[in-house]
Amino acid sequence: MGAIYRREMNAFFISGVAYVFLSVFYLLSGYFFYAGVISSGRTDTSPLFSSMFIIVLFLIPILTMRLLSEEKKNKTDQGLLTAPVGLWDIVLGKYFAALTLFIIAESVVFIYAGILAYLGDVVWTTLIGNYFAMLFLGAAFIAVGLFISSLTENQMASAVASMLALFVLYLFDSFAANISNEYISKAIISLSFYSRYIEFTQGIFSLPSVVFFLSVAFIFNFFTVRVLDKRRWG
Amino acid sequence: MIEVKNLSKKYGDKQAVRNISFKVEQGEILGFLGPNGAGKSTTMNMLTGYISSTSGQILVNGTDIFEDPKKAKSFIGYLPEIPPLYIDMTIEAYLNFVYDLKKCKLPRKAHLKDVCDLCKITDVKGRIIKNLSKGYRQRVGLAQALINNPPVLILDEPTVGLDPNQIIEIRSLIKKLGKRHTVILSSHILPEIQAVCDRIIIINKGEVSADGTADEIAKQLTNEHKMTVRIEGTSKTSADKDEIVKAIKSLKGIKYVRADMEREKGIYDYDVEADEKTDIRRSLNDLCRQKGWNILMLQLSDLTLEDIFLKITMGENDVKVSEEKPRIRVELNTVQKDTAEDDENGGND
Repeated sequence: MGAIYRREMNAFFISGVAYVFLSVFYLLSGYFFYAGVISSGRTDTSPLFSSMFIIVLFLIPILTMRLLSEEKKNKTDQGLLTAPVGLWDIVLGKYFAALTLFIIAESVVFIYAGILAYLGDVVWTTLIGNYFAMLFLGAAFIAVGLFISSLTENQMASAVASMLALFVLYLFDSFAANISNEYISKAIISLSFYSRYIEFTQGIFSLPSVVFFLSVAFIFNFFTVRVLDKRRWG
Repeated sequence: MIEVKNLSKKYGDKQAVRNISFKVEQGEILGFLGPNGAGKSTTMNMLTGYISSTSGQILVNGTDIFEDPKKAKSFIGYLPEIPPLYIDMTIEAYLNFVYDLKKCKLPRKAHLKDVCDLCKITDVKGRIIKNLSKGYRQRVGLAQALINNPPVLILDEPTVGLDPNQIIEIRSLIKKLGKRHTVILSSHILPEIQAVCDRIIIINKGEVSADGTADEIAKQLTNEHKMTVRIEGTSKTSADKDEIVKAIKSLKGIKYVRADMEREKGIYDYDVEADEKTDIRRSLNDLCRQKGWNILMLQLSDLTLEDIFLKITMGENDVKVSEEKPRIRVELNTVQKDTAEDDENGGND
């Protein structure tokens, strides 16, 4: 796993994906920090985090699009799958590399917090809560993106499909609002990434939501392993 | 070292490999020969655990590849048809990655240096793989297979797309490796297999159609007595031709006689084929003595690997090429022997 993780981290920077991802992330989060927090004269960082949901949604597919699709296209997967490593090692190596880059991106909020601390008092509990909420959200999204990347050889197809999939997850709330049956509506709401994430930005640290995001991450990584395994049997 | 039992692979309805069994002993260089699409790569992909088999068993060094894939894979170095190279990396970074991936315990610097020296990529190891020529990429592919010194090397068409010099280099490298490793290599290039391998398995339509050394396979298949004879007639003109052909035809057991080109002034070659039980050399000699002719040359036509290959893969009982154009075939045969190393790369891509 270590070898794959390190190679993947290097590849992010060699291919330039890391620079694109980080600069867009910093630019947009900086804008939301300014527009949502600084200019409104508050020290609460929640508006920044609630705005970032949709940005994360569109940026994570850029991170995950080539992880497995490129291996398949260049036939480098043959090297990995015939090496004495397990499928979980391959998938988790790639997964944690993407997650690491996401954490690097996300940790910029501590710089914002530093700026705020200079201007006034920072509400550290909400900030830390939100930070972890975004981390869990990213963990789940990356697993979905990695899974979709395992399904295709085409990076663009992988990126577009991932954005679409994540966007559909985002729309769960509005689906639920249009369904009259209370039970179905509730069931859909319970699967909504957005409402669970927004809860955190409102200062509620909900353990079930943490479990939800981590479960999604686990399940999709499991699916990815299954896809790789199934290809051998094809 | 490797034992394959009743291996089969189906892709949907298509049977890619059917019931293949063979054994490879330690230190042997085994060649898989077969036309494109015969199932060579599929078999190799199963041997290395890249794809699963539909049925059958593969034991690598006594370990079943499906029961303990990690252990079995650690015995194998694999160079697939397309080397699995990350083209954005430098050779050095890539080989270091493979070293880590294979959890190699050998001293890193010394081992990587050995491998680079062996594959002759030491001078270029700082370069990005993207910028390398096909020949160098192939060598890097071979280098990654060699990392961690696996006892078994599986090489899928290792010389595809290389120039004649590179082919010679890779072949001599494989021969060298064969002293320390068990090697399985595949190719559709006959002289290559002949030049490198101790043993040959011919695969056709997913089945093993022959297994043995080139000589053994040839013996299994040789069932005609064919030869080329140069006979000097009495008149030394083309008038001799018909007479000689007629006379040979009258010998016992002759199946086929044909006068070939004029080789020396007024002297012709004759292609003679007898049925398999009769050795006609003596009666031919007697005949010539009676008639006052001289036999200037007599050459038995052995089956070349090429004949065998055609014969097996085309499913024919007669090797037509030999019958119709024996002269060309014999010449081709000598060319192969003289310059086997550097003349056949033309159509191997």
